[in-house]
Amino acid sequence: MDLLALDTLDVARWQFGITTVYHFLMVPLTIGLGILVAVMHTMWVRTSRPEWLRMTRFWGKVYLVNFVLGVATGLVQEFQFGLAWSEYSRFVGDVFGSLLAMEALLAFFLESTFLGLWIFGWGRIPKRLQLAALWAAVIGSIVSAYFIIAANSWMQHPVGVTVGPDGRPQHVDFLAVLTNNTALAAFSHAIVAALMVAGALLVGVGLYQLRKRKLAEAPTSDVDHSVWRRSVRVGGFVSLAAFVLVAVTGDWQGKLMYQQQPLKMSSAEALCETEAPAPFSIFAWAKLGSNECDDVHSWTVPGLLSFLAHSDFETAVPGVNELQEQYADVYGETYPDDPSFGERAGEEIDYTPVLAVTYWSFRLMIGMGAVSAGVAAYALWSTRGGRVPTSRVGVYGSLLAVGAPFVANAAGWVFTEMGRQPFVVYPNPDVPVGEQVYFFTAQAVSPGVTTAEVWTSLVSLGVLYGALAVVELVLLTRLVRRGVTTGDTTPTPPAVGSSSRDDDDRPDGGPRSDDDVLSFAY
Amino acid sequence: MDLQTLWFAAVAVLWTGFLLLEGFDFGVAALLPVLGRRTADRHLMLRTIGPVWDGNEVWLVTAVGAVFAAFPGWYATWLPALYLPFVLVLLGLIVRAVAFEWRHQSHDPRWDATWTRVITGGSLVAAAGIGAALGATTLGLPVDGDGTRVGGAFAGLGWSSLLGAVAVVAYSLVHGALFLALKTDGPLRLRARAFALRSAPVGALPLLAWAGLVHLRSGTVVTGVLWLVAALAVVVTWTRVRLDREGQAFAGWATVLLASAATLFGAAFPVVVPSTVDPAFDLTVAQASVSDYTLGIMTWVAAVGLPVVLAYQAWTYWVFRRRLTAEPQHDDAADPVAA
Repeated sequence: MDLLALDTLDVARWQFGITTVYHFLMVPLTIGLGILVAVMHTMWVRTSRPEWLRMTRFWGKVYLVNFVLGVATGLVQEFQFGLAWSEYSRFVGDVFGSLLAMEALLAFFLESTFLGLWIFGWGRIPKRLQLAALWAAVIGSIVSAYFIIAANSWMQHPVGVTVGPDGRPQHVDFLAVLTNNTALAAFSHAIVAALMVAGALLVGVGLYQLRKRKLAEAPTSDVDHSVWRRSVRVGGFVSLAAFVLVAVTGDWQGKLMYQQQPLKMSSAEALCETEAPAPFSIFAWAKLGSNECDDVHSWTVPGLLSFLAHSDFETAVPGVNELQEQYADVYGETYPDDPSFGERAGEEIDYTPVLAVTYWSFRLMIGMGAVSAGVAAYALWSTRGGRVPTSRVGVYGSLLAVGAPFVANAAGWVFTEMGRQPFVVYPNPDVPVGEQVYFFTAQAVSPGVTTAEVWTSLVSLGVLYGALAVVELVLLTRLVRRGVTTGDTTPTPPAVGSSSRDDDDRPDGGPRSDDDVLSFAY
Repeated sequence: MDLQTLWFAAVAVLWTGFLLLEGFDFGVAALLPVLGRRTADRHLMLRTIGPVWDGNEVWLVTAVGAVFAAFPGWYATWLPALYLPFVLVLLGLIVRAVAFEWRHQSHDPRWDATWTRVITGGSLVAAAGIGAALGATTLGLPVDGDGTRVGGAFAGLGWSSLLGAVAVVAYSLVHGALFLALKTDGPLRLRARAFALRSAPVGALPLLAWAGLVHLRSGTVVTGVLWLVAALAVVVTWTRVRLDREGQAFAGWATVLLASAATLFGAAFPVVVPSTVDPAFDLTVAQASVSDYTLGIMTWVAAVGLPVVLAYQAWTYWVFRRRLTAEPQHDDAADPVAA
């Protein structure tokens, strides 16, 4: 790729893609782990059993290290629609901005304020109130996800609007925007996918610690053993249950996609010609660099795509070639010769998203989800009846597979977003053509911003994000290695002026403090 | 009052609330190397803002969100015209946020010292960048009739953004010192008070100059009175600090901000982005606004949501109302960040 040949639009798209996928590495862990930590804390308040307290503290720390990076990188999202996508922001202003503002007002305040209270409220507010603070923060995260997904789904399937006098969408039905079926499906899919992320982490870390303890011949009767065992069991069950729900909600999304964005679905399958029954592709290969559907060859399962689209093995699924022609007929062969399209004015429009990306991101999502479910099943099986697995492959494989649901989440978003190109606001097929609102990505970028400016922000954000990723991984790895007890020490407050305490870095420092040292999160 | 005016006022309230709250945590962070002579002092300073900085920062997210939601034309003109300054703000806020949490993850003094410096640097950059952006949106940006910036990457920066940047940083420094005087005890409290006494009159000057300038350009009698209130509040603050009345001094300085911000936004209304290219290109509230339908929905949501938010944020300040000291007392052993 010739980097210098990229124009502002290309660089801005890379920037949006990189910053958003990165942000979404933290988001599912925040949502999923937040729910699980809140459950652990609840169990501790209810049962007073020490393993629940230690679990809350250990996983709470992991949660916080990750949470703050999610908050920090989320800030960029609030600004970059205006910074790099000002024409998009003007176009969708009547609908889109209000969802972001509501997210901030109704969700972010809840999340940030009550998380501060949860962390610092230890010993200052009653136990149950502190628990309620955590739940408030977790609910804030979930509400936040809802508004963001409602905003995104409106771009995928604009509802509740008419074409205003200025040609832009005019908001007429807020309830329709909030109950957009695309949003409901995507939201439920994202939440259960977040639980898979958290479940995989509990399983991977739990198995690692159990094996380490067994090899070190640590007792299986102490609290720490219960902590890890319970982490594995809870994580495994959550992962498996969430996987079933991920499949159910994904199926719902697939059926909506078939109606709302047929080109995304046939691109995901590299289905060139309309077929009835339509096959599901297992593996495909194509001429490198070509985005012509006819250059793609694949091994297929007959009829399965019809089933995914319409719950029977007969229905015709329209192919890429036919849809490409249909879209060109309705929305134009070429971009309008208008300055708002910049260099792309008058260029031919490719209504087919990048086939290699849609095809493989879809498979990566499903495949990694399945890997995750497989690991969860292995973890439950290998720890049945009090057993502790010592297989190096099994345990380290599970630790490695912590990454699988992260990849699945990222791939899912890449698929969703790349699959609706060349539109940034996709025309809603339920609306008669003349009354549709839609917007091409090519006209969305800020006209006054120079390519050099976007390069500057992309490089500086990219370098910073890379560095922060390294620190986050080091911190999390250290937390995981240390485990519950040693990682949980809070040294007694140092004598004033003394700052040479370094004992927490001792690799194998034994238990240094008990639960009565009320360090909560730090 | 029509909905557009109401939402202009709401946006003004959100930005002012942000400056009022995040202003002191920016200030405390910036004063770490000045007032925090010993590690223990710096830790104490950070403890005063630890539970609240994140909630304060949400005011910024909400302010920007409200600008987008109510006045997308403003959002889409203002942000790209000041692309690089806003990116700097983001970089500053990102490193500062992670530093607050990650600082605790090791007890290695170098680790702690590094992240403490990051908090100071990130806060200063963010405060200056936000000040620059607010200075430009009240005093003028080089934009044409389509709201597109005329000129290169740095065309949006000039004396007006410099004034805004200096004003917000200077205000935050004094605000931070007064907050520390109010929230801590011991030698730090005395040092913070002395700093506030020395710096309050000078610290108010750029803010008063900025507000006065906008008033002279397009103000009314009301904004003139508000400006005088701000100037008077500086005097009140100063005399209160002298008398060691920290609570009153803090309230006085808050009044300086509230009255200055009211002058700024009141005088600027109904223009949200004055054009330095041609006054005919000034972007007004009416041109930048969304439909009344959307404003109506948001009014309902805000009418229900905002009081709730204010109530629970006020409550967290109440929970953490106690003065903090460097030498932990017995019950402070429970404090999670005492170390």
